Amino acid sequence: MTANPEATTAEPASKVAIPEHLGGGAGDIPSFECTFQIARFLPEQDSEPHFEEYKVTMYGTDRVLDALHKIKWEIDGSLSFRRSCAHGVCGSDAVRINGRNRLACKTLLKDLDTDKPIVVEAIKGLPLEKDLIVDMEPFFQSYREIMPFLITSGPEPTRERLQSAEDRERFDDTTKCILCAACTSSCPVFWTDGQYFGPAAIVNAHRFIFDSRDDGGDLRLDVLNDKEGVWRCRTTFNCTEACPRGIQVTQAITEVRQAILQRAF
Amino acid sequence: MSASTIPAPRTAYTRSKSSRSQFELFAWLFMRISGILLVVLIFGHLFVNLWVGDGVNAIDFGFVAGKWASPFWQIWDLLMLWLAMLHGTNGLRTIIQDYTEKKGTSVALQVVLYTASAIVIVLGTLVIFTFEPCPAGADPALLASFCTAG
Repeated sequence: MTANPEATTAEPASKVAIPEHLGGGAGDIPSFECTFQIARFLPEQDSEPHFEEYKVTMYGTDRVLDALHKIKWEIDGSLSFRRSCAHGVCGSDAVRINGRNRLACKTLLKDLDTDKPIVVEAIKGLPLEKDLIVDMEPFFQSYREIMPFLITSGPEPTRERLQSAEDRERFDDTTKCILCAACTSSCPVFWTDGQYFGPAAIVNAHRFIFDSRDDGGDLRLDVLNDKEGVWRCRTTFNCTEACPRGIQVTQAITEVRQAILQRAF
Repeated sequence: MSASTIPAPRTAYTRSKSSRSQFELFAWLFMRISGILLVVLIFGHLFVNLWVGDGVNAIDFGFVAGKWASPFWQIWDLLMLWLAMLHGTNGLRTIIQDYTEKKGTSVALQVVLYTASAIVIVLGTLVIFTFEPCPAGADPALLASFCTAG
């Protein structure tokens, strides 16, 4: 590869052995210049977030999180963002990339238009704390309100609570939620006043409402049969589009709505 | 930048108390049912007024007077008026709730909305049931031609 000397000396943030017939020789991962516009906010100084531009050399196998790491570790150590597992499971690094809510650790640079600056901001609708970090408390508050735990009646069985494969399948989709808040913070109704329970809380209610082992469905339907509950959904599908786990969020909300209607009539 | 269009809230929200009311459930259901009924009512209305017979050319003061002489069309138009007004009012109510950030703005806009809807509904209902094309004792010069014809 005839890359510039800087690119060949720098260690790629992630290395994947690409077979010769796919991407050239070993270690010869295509590199390119990327411009990042990252929303910076220091609560002690700024009244509003502002954008700062960073130019970095990235590799074809890198993700947005690798670029954030590179900026933090090599250019500006004051850049703050959350990440934990960095592999799309913990749900810490949901950010707004080019106006769409994504997990930084699951968004590959090769899938973005690297000719234009890549805009990274904190997710919207939650109180901003610093740079890309928001206060998740309002999000978890509505999550707690829908009682995301098994509620049973009657004596405890002496063995495990068995469930048929069909009964398990009924709520399989909504078990995938990692509580990253990408859906709730993409919802325009949530942006207005933050009173709406939000898609994530309803998805997690769905997970228990349709669980055959759970007896607390009525309690949860009561909580969500509220002016800030399922009736506030405008089916804009922003949540379904934003979900990094591919959960059919809007469908789950509609199913909870149907359950409330069936109970009422 | 999109940062300015969706400002970040500076404080955590205090969740409003649960209302424990079924109103939103019925409002949601009403929107679906009235929507379906309105499709039938409005297309029926358009078909009869614009297509049947002489079509659009037949519409005049006399045509409306003739329609409202029949209880069938009185009820048809009454349903259309009430359903359309309530459907539209509820739609605007949700839009106000979704887009206003201050409580005061929301209440003020809703007062204007409900007043306007109430006036149109009351006035429309009154016209449908009290429509009198040829009021007795009126100046003949002001009456429609068919009032004096017979």
